[in-house]
Amino acid sequence: MKTFAALYTAIDQTTKTSAKVAAMREYFRTAPDADKIWTIALFSGRRPKRAVTTTQLRDWAAEAAGVPLWLLEESYPIVGDLAETIALVLPPPARTTDRPLHHWIEALRALHVASVEDRRLAILSAWDQLSVTERFLFNKLITGGFRIGISRKLMTRALAQASGQDESVLAHRLMGDWSPDSIGYSALVEAEETAAPDSRPYPFYLAYQLEAEPEALGDPADWQAEWKWDGIRAQLILRGGTHFVWSRGEELMTDRFPELARATDFIPPGTVLDGEIVAWKDGVPLPFARLQPRIGRKTVPKALLRDAPVILLAYDLLEQDGTDLRDSPLAERRARLDALMRSLPPDAPVRPSPAIPFGDWPTLAATRAEARAEMAEGVMLKRRASPYLAGRKKGDWWKWKLDPMTVDAVLIYAQQGHGRRANLFTDFTFAVWNGNDLVPFTKAYSGLTDEEFRQITAWVRRNTVQRFGPVRQVTPEHVFEIAFEGIQPSPRHKSGIALRFPRMVRWRHDKPIQEANTLDDLKKLLDAH
Amino acid sequence: MTPVLRATDRGLYCAAGDFFIDPWRPVDRALITHGHSDHARSGHGRYLCTRAAAPVLRHRLGDIRVETLPYGEERRIGDATVSFHPAGHLPGSAQIRVAVGGEVWVASGDYKTTPDGLCEPFEPVRCHSFITECTFGLPVFKWAPQPEVAAQINAWWAQAAGQGRFALLGAYSLGKAQRVLSLLDPGIGPVLTHGAVEATNAVLRAQGLPLPETTHVTPDTDLKARAGALVIAPPSALGSSWARRFGPATTAFASGWMALRGIRRRRAGDRGFVLSDHADWPGLLDAIRATGAETVYATHGYTEIFARYLNSAGWNAQPLLTEYGGEETEPESPA
Ligand SMILES: [Zn+2]
Ligand SMILES: [Zn+2]
Repeated sequence: MKTFAALYTAIDQTTKTSAKVAAMREYFRTAPDADKIWTIALFSGRRPKRAVTTTQLRDWAAEAAGVPLWLLEESYPIVGDLAETIALVLPPPARTTDRPLHHWIEALRALHVASVEDRRLAILSAWDQLSVTERFLFNKLITGGFRIGISRKLMTRALAQASGQDESVLAHRLMGDWSPDSIGYSALVEAEETAAPDSRPYPFYLAYQLEAEPEALGDPADWQAEWKWDGIRAQLILRGGTHFVWSRGEELMTDRFPELARATDFIPPGTVLDGEIVAWKDGVPLPFARLQPRIGRKTVPKALLRDAPVILLAYDLLEQDGTDLRDSPLAERRARLDALMRSLPPDAPVRPSPAIPFGDWPTLAATRAEARAEMAEGVMLKRRASPYLAGRKKGDWWKWKLDPMTVDAVLIYAQQGHGRRANLFTDFTFAVWNGNDLVPFTKAYSGLTDEEFRQITAWVRRNTVQRFGPVRQVTPEHVFEIAFEGIQPSPRHKSGIALRFPRMVRWRHDKPIQEANTLDDLKKLLDAH
Repeated sequence: MTPVLRATDRGLYCAAGDFFIDPWRPVDRALITHGHSDHARSGHGRYLCTRAAAPVLRHRLGDIRVETLPYGEERRIGDATVSFHPAGHLPGSAQIRVAVGGEVWVASGDYKTTPDGLCEPFEPVRCHSFITECTFGLPVFKWAPQPEVAAQINAWWAQAAGQGRFALLGAYSLGKAQRVLSLLDPGIGPVLTHGAVEATNAVLRAQGLPLPETTHVTPDTDLKARAGALVIAPPSALGSSWARRFGPATTAFASGWMALRGIRRRRAGDRGFVLSDHADWPGLLDAIRATGAETVYATHGYTEIFARYLNSAGWNAQPLLTEYGGEETEPESPA
């Protein structure tokens, strides 16, 4: 664990990208293969199957530290990370050890067949021979969420430098559902690849937000416009007689959306589609709120399948007849996609996301203004000549979203943030007027500058009226402008409405609370959309 | 029976002696534990503090009426007897003992229990009621021994010096800056200071505190000749235009909050050294035990959690609402 801890420390101790990549490169040149493959797995969001629950971890840590469990629980939101809280609260280790990363992973995996008592003893013994940093990493192996300041992109770059492989080839190889059990380091990274696994997706190409006016993009004839759907970005892979559905976060979602299985009836194998999964009924998309209950579920109850059936709105064709099309221009991919889609029956679970015809930018701007009526968030602009790149790259793909809706609301509750924002009040609840009452209607976490968060934190400390656990009720005094992308009725909320992507855009020092918006104002917005 | 000390909207008040301890609104008579801005504020009629704290108070608050007492010497004020005892927080810092009749209370101010080699070491004072700070009153805060942290700082500096780069260290100008200074290995290179730090250094040197040599950075300072120097500045100066003159420097902060990864990353420095002038969790509990107090009032930081823990461990404890909180007590405060 020492080498891995040294890598973590080197990455954590610098804010410079070049130094982080250099540390990773050095690690990939020198660490044992069994450690390297696990490091790649961990840094790309994989982790060993959980052998111990976080509840057990908390119990055992409190016991080992000799503090009551509630005190550990109270410390956790302040530290912001459970693995770190436990690493810090434990007494210093009695011994040290040189066992490498993969040893600890093997030890954790062996616990699957152990009794609870043996698991407890194994975890306590591990804690007793690891330093604070090593413990933190060990705990992370259990709790997951290995975000330690190096993105997957940087890791891939370092790996490319250490192995001499091409970076984009590596990025593609690291996609999909491999695990250190199914493949070793040299086979994954170094060996000449004979046959890629059928399930492997392509790296997603991600668009940037268009900040300038679209005129800056030049000749409209060079661009293709599409609706920007409010759904789940997905890649549908049809290969070898079966199909796979991948999310942008590289989660395999095949079982979550059984409707898409029928695609194999209509679309030939050797096809990969990029698009958006949306709930769809009577020829139109349903609001995102209807799709939401399906996101967290591994299996879908029948009622939900009836209530929110999904389709894939396809907008790109990445592979046809088993051939990778990503280097061909969008116009050609689009023509092939349209031809393929024309062959599908109307009840197929895949439909084309249509290109929006437009002759000039003002026409497109007018169309975009109608996006909400189309159940879209705005439009996408894609350069006709563009290849399908990997990751977020500027220049060829832009999202041109509608301007958000805004309301002025009163701050009524505040809570401290987590992690990087531990110790600042960053989680706020806002209210609007309903007669003489302030009705809470949304929470918001982001949008202020660090300096504003500091100011409001100092103010919250001095103006707390009442506490409910970690939540502080504050004197109604400050008005904030809240922006959001959508508004839906919600019987679960006291206000009867729910917002999509709410955030603070401005602290309205100029507004007294009497001038905040009302619940009626929100209901009018609701009716308008 | 009226309590010896109680929290009012102006500060901790002793009715028997008609004085306040570290008041946050102007009062006639103020007893001051130490010179940090949340404890020593301007506008009071008369000030009483330790002999060693007075020069800093004058430096920060200007023309004030100050009387001083040596550590341990008793002074009668009204029906109360007061004395100052070392708090180990920074040079001249004190806990204030107040006895009325047979009843003894101690207000800790800010303190740390482990000696730092620079200020008068913390001295436990027996009392019935103890008003303790608890800035780091959570079991996740446990400080490494000072020599370990000193070695980390010197290694970081030596590496930067080896590359000919400046090492910028953010440390609060009163207390932390001098403590860091005393830990540095002068063999590595010269030490430069920001004006706020140098002004405090001058005050403390004038009263006999032995501090290593430092050079105040001015627009005329020849920085090329001092490449690889360590620069001590208030944390707020590190992100400012002032820091740009040092080119591609490496930056770090020294604070107890650096124990938390989230805060370390938020500060966006290259390094965070866990070095605090406040007691850690074991230090707080040791100090409270050593007072023999049955009743404990908690100020600064996680007062509610800390008091709840003390209650569960057999003390009679409660949080005390104050307006303390500055330097390290507010991890995000710019100073
Ligand atoms: Zn202080
Ligand atoms: Zn203080």
